[in-house]
Amino acid sequence: MTLLELEDVTASYGPVQVLDGVTLSVPENGAVGILGANGAGKTTTLRAISGTVRAGGRIVFDGKDIRGMRPDQVAAQGIAHVPEGRGTLGDLTVRENLMVGAYLRKDRKGIDEDVDYCLDLFPNLRERITSNASALSGGEQQMLAVSRGIMSKPRLMLLDEASLGLAPSTAKNVYDAIRRLRVESGIAMLVVEQNANLAFTLVDTATVLETGRNALTGSSAELKGMDEIRRAYLGG
Amino acid sequence: MGEFVQLVVDGLSTGSVYAAIALAIVLVHSATGLVNFAQGGMAVLAAYVAWVLTNQSVPLVVAVLASIVFSFVLGAVVERYLMRRFERGDPDTAVVVTIGLLTLITGIAGWLWSYNNQQFPSLFPLDTVSFLGVSISIRSIGTTLSIVAVMIVLQLLFVRTKLGLALRAVAINPQSAAFSGLPVERLLMVGWGLAAVLGAVAGALVAPQLTLTPGMLDNALVYALAAVILGGLTSPVGVVIAAWMIGVLENLAAVYVPFIGHDLKIAVPFILLFVVLVVRPQGLFGRKTVVRV
Repeated sequence: MTLLELEDVTASYGPVQVLDGVTLSVPENGAVGILGANGAGKTTTLRAISGTVRAGGRIVFDGKDIRGMRPDQVAAQGIAHVPEGRGTLGDLTVRENLMVGAYLRKDRKGIDEDVDYCLDLFPNLRERITSNASALSGGEQQMLAVSRGIMSKPRLMLLDEASLGLAPSTAKNVYDAIRRLRVESGIAMLVVEQNANLAFTLVDTATVLETGRNALTGSSAELKGMDEIRRAYLGG
Repeated sequence: MGEFVQLVVDGLSTGSVYAAIALAIVLVHSATGLVNFAQGGMAVLAAYVAWVLTNQSVPLVVAVLASIVFSFVLGAVVERYLMRRFERGDPDTAVVVTIGLLTLITGIAGWLWSYNNQQFPSLFPLDTVSFLGVSISIRSIGTTLSIVAVMIVLQLLFVRTKLGLALRAVAINPQSAAFSGLPVERLLMVGWGLAAVLGAVAGALVAPQLTLTPGMLDNALVYALAAVILGGLTSPVGVVIAAWMIGVLENLAAVYVPFIGHDLKIAVPFILLFVVLVVRPQGLFGRKTVVRV
C-alpha cells in the first residue's frame, strides 16, 4: 500500500523554480532514495513534503492531502523530517532533545521505552545523555537528530544527507543503525543522499533528480547496474 | 551603618524592578531575536488597568492579578497581530516597530488617563522593620522577594515543564522545533505573553513609589537595557544580578560620591556599562556566540 505519494510537485524560491514536476511514491514500510547532483532539488523535495517550502502539485500522505500544511501539522500526521545540518537543539541536553521529539506524545511509558531504544541503537548517546547537544561530535549530532525523529513515533521518516560531513566509518555506522531501525520499526523512509553507495545499502528503489525533475526511477539493483549512475554517483 | 544597609536594601528593591523588565526583554529576545522597547510601555498599561479596577473598588490584589491576565493577552496579541509581520524580515525594522509601539502606548495612556501623576496603592505596608538595629522598609523587602519568587517560578517553568522545554526549543531553532510538531507560532505568543506578565508585575510593584504616569517606566527601561547588556543577553541569572548591581550602585553613589549626587546617579550604570563593554563585550555572564561549522 502506498503511504506517501508525490505527483507533479513544483516549488520555487522566489523567481527560481527548483522543483519542476517531481513524482514519486513511498510504500508502507518501504525505503526510497532520492539521488542527484547539487541543486537538483533533493532537499527541496523533502522540504515541500514537510511544509517548509510552498509547493504545487499533489502531496498525499496516508490518503490525506498534506500540501499546504504547516510543518508542525505535517509532523503531527506522522512524518519526521531529519533535516540537512541535523537541526539538533544545541543549548538543550541530549535527553531534552529526545523529549522535544516526543512533544506530541502522551504515553509516558512508551516514551521511556523509545528513549531506551534510541540509546540502544546509538550507544554513543547513552554516555552523553546529560551533555548539551552542541558539545557532541558531528556523528553524535546526526545520531541525535535521527533519534529525535524516532521519538515522535513517525510512520515516515525524511532523512536528508545523514552522512554529510561525517568520516566514512562514522557515516557507515549511522547507516547501519538506520537500517536496523528500518527492519525493527517498519518506519518508511525517504532518503536524500549524495553518497549513492550508502543510499543503496538502505533503500529498495530510488529516483534520480535532474534540475527538479525525475530523470530515472528504478530499483536499487537496476540503478546500480546502469553505467551513467555508476559514473555520476558511484565513483566510476 | 544603618544608612548603608537601608540604601543597599532599597537599591535591591529598585534593582528588582529593573530585573523584571530586563528578564522580559531577555525572554522575548531569546524567543524571537528582538529587543522589545515597548516592554516598559506595556507594563505601564497593565498598571493603569489595575489602577482603574481599584478605583472601581476592586481589591488591590485582585486588580493586580487581573492586570497580569490582561498583560498575558496583550503580549500574545501584540505578537500575533503586529510583530509576526516583522519577525522574519529585517530585525532593525522590527525593533523600530517596538519603539513605535512604545510611543503609541504612552500616547494612548496619556489620552485616556492624562499625564498627571496618579496615586497607586501599595501592595505592601509602608512600615519599617528593625533588623539588627537597622530599620528597613517592608516595601523594599517585599518588592525584592516578589521578584525573586517570580524568577524561581519562571526558572521552574523553563526547566521542569514541557511548555518550558518547548519554549526553549523554539527559541533555539524554530524550524527544527516544528519538525517535532511544536506549534511554533502559538509558543511565540505564549513567550510574548509571559514577558508582558513580568512587566505587569514590575509595574504593580513600582507604581506606588513612582506614582502612576504614562512615562513611569521610561527610566526603568533604560536601566533594564543596561542590565541586559551588562548581564549578557543570554543569561537570565546574569541579567538579574546586573540589575541588582545597578540598583544598589546608583543608590550608594548618589549618597557616598559627593560630585555624583542625585542628579548624576543616572550616569552610574552607564559608566559601568561602558567599562564592561570594552573589557567583556558579551556581558559579565553572557556567552560568546560560537558558530560551529
